[in-house]
Amino acid sequence: MIPQSGNRFSDKIMRRQDAMANTAGAAKPQLYLRSLSRWRPIEIAFWLATLLPFVLFPDYLSLASQIAIAALFALSLDLILGYAGIVSLGHAAFFGIGAYTAGLFSKFVWGELFSGMLVAAAMAALVGYASSFIIARFRHLTLIMITLGLGLLLHEAANSANWLTGGSDGLQGVQAWPLLGLFKFDLYGTTAYAYSLAVLFFVFLAARRLINSPFGLSLRGIRENWMRMPAIGAASRAHIRKIYTISAAIAGIAGALIAQTTKTVSLEALSFERSADVLVMLVLGGAGRLYGGLIGALIFLVARDRFSGIAPQFWYFWIGIMLVAVVIFLPNGILGGLSNILSRRNRS
Amino acid sequence: MSAPALSTRGLAKSFGSLVVAKDIEINLPKGVRYALIGPNGAGKTTLINLMTGMLAPNQGKIFLGDEDITELEPQQRVRRGLARTFQINTLFPGLNALEAVTLAVCERRGISGQFWQNISVHREAIEEAYEILVRLRLGESCYQPTRELPYGRQRLLEIALALATRPKVLLLDEPAAGVPQEESGDIFEAVEDLSQDITLLFIEHDMHVVFRFASHIIVMVGGAIFTAGSPAEIAADPRVREVYLGTRSHG
Repeated sequence: MIPQSGNRFSDKIMRRQDAMANTAGAAKPQLYLRSLSRWRPIEIAFWLATLLPFVLFPDYLSLASQIAIAALFALSLDLILGYAGIVSLGHAAFFGIGAYTAGLFSKFVWGELFSGMLVAAAMAALVGYASSFIIARFRHLTLIMITLGLGLLLHEAANSANWLTGGSDGLQGVQAWPLLGLFKFDLYGTTAYAYSLAVLFFVFLAARRLINSPFGLSLRGIRENWMRMPAIGAASRAHIRKIYTISAAIAGIAGALIAQTTKTVSLEALSFERSADVLVMLVLGGAGRLYGGLIGALIFLVARDRFSGIAPQFWYFWIGIMLVAVVIFLPNGILGGLSNILSRRNRS
Repeated sequence: MSAPALSTRGLAKSFGSLVVAKDIEINLPKGVRYALIGPNGAGKTTLINLMTGMLAPNQGKIFLGDEDITELEPQQRVRRGLARTFQINTLFPGLNALEAVTLAVCERRGISGQFWQNISVHREAIEEAYEILVRLRLGESCYQPTRELPYGRQRLLEIALALATRPKVLLLDEPAAGVPQEESGDIFEAVEDLSQDITLLFIEHDMHVVFRFASHIIVMVGGAIFTAGSPAEIAADPRVREVYLGTRSHG
């Protein structure tokens, strides 16, 4: 960092002000930190807007459900990438584990939704915790390759375990009982979207709480300067193991949702493409701001829906253009760009 | 007789044929202010890296009080009371000073793994962080992101982060590095105001600062302790003048 001119560092007046701030504003730091986690009007507007599809786009509720599930998956990736700086190219592993676990659970135990989801989350968390011991030891390219490798490994394992997963034919016979015993999963996706959206909302609340906690602050410390953390006595590796496990559990929940709402699980749930797509969604929307993954999933899936209507073979072409444009012109994603514009307008 | 706050026994480190530390014996009694001086490449920062566990020694032992800490990880040493600052700012650019120091306080208090409550619930931790910042005259600028802070204040934040760990021994690697000379006094005044319970070792090149703030001086040359003594003894030692100050006419 270049020393700035006009630095009033040795200014005696500043010191006196500091002393005054100490006596007058002892509660201010606490209030300040609390204000950072206050709900803003735009957030409330956002969540109200998620209800609009029921009214405005009743024909697109299946797509809306897919978006909510993808958003949840992107949220799980944001917790490790955006908050702790752990790059993963194999996050679909946990999505797939959740999907297969929920699918198999419904097939062999029962079709009750919440117990299926909990078992899926627990299974994904277990595998996440086991692999976190490797994850916490590495950074950067090594980490990308390890997560990629683990993801491919699991994909092939599911492919060859034909007797259990149905292999490339997909898992058949997944059942889902009516939501709360009342609402059947209909063809239009009304129940599917209501269910996915509710789960997304409650997990989001938990994630929001987490990032505003002391643990969330430590994660940001890891992201901002991994090297400094040991020098302030921080147990970085324990933090990374913990957030990786939590993130895996959330990805598992997203996987469970896809199994339950579509009543099938295909190998695609574990594929490299799914890992890459979720990373693209998060980067498009903006990592490290919770809503980035949500917005990214919305844009990505709506764009895919629109573009594949124009030319089914080439929709990735447009996604590619969008991705390149965003990382060049909006390095902090679409949300980062928007917040820059807003803060600039507020200043002027 | 109480054990020294920090001591090393026969500490040695080399990278291939390059010897960066050889047979280093240091005893820092409790509460002293030691300056570590020596020409560039003498191994001063290496010694701090060895003591804090950022480098593993080839030989020798390091003791914090009575405890052998040679095998401990850096963060374990910090939790036992051995903290350091860095010559090149090693801060959290996107956090503001309040967040950064609160982070360090939470880590020390063992509440950093707590993820179900808002951070503002931990009022005592936040107030402790704020008090440290005010003591280092950072109270006014603690809401500004670190990357926007003037350089001199970033140097103070380095010290604030180390203080948040409640160190028994604090190793300062050129605390005023890069700060204009007329302002480096401010940094060292902040250092001088630190509690007398903290044992200090600082690396510094400015001899005026060294003679003003240090109670003892250790001189390193070529990875080894050349000599040690009170400022008066070091100032009078002609050999030190030769190796470190360069010319006899200096000062």
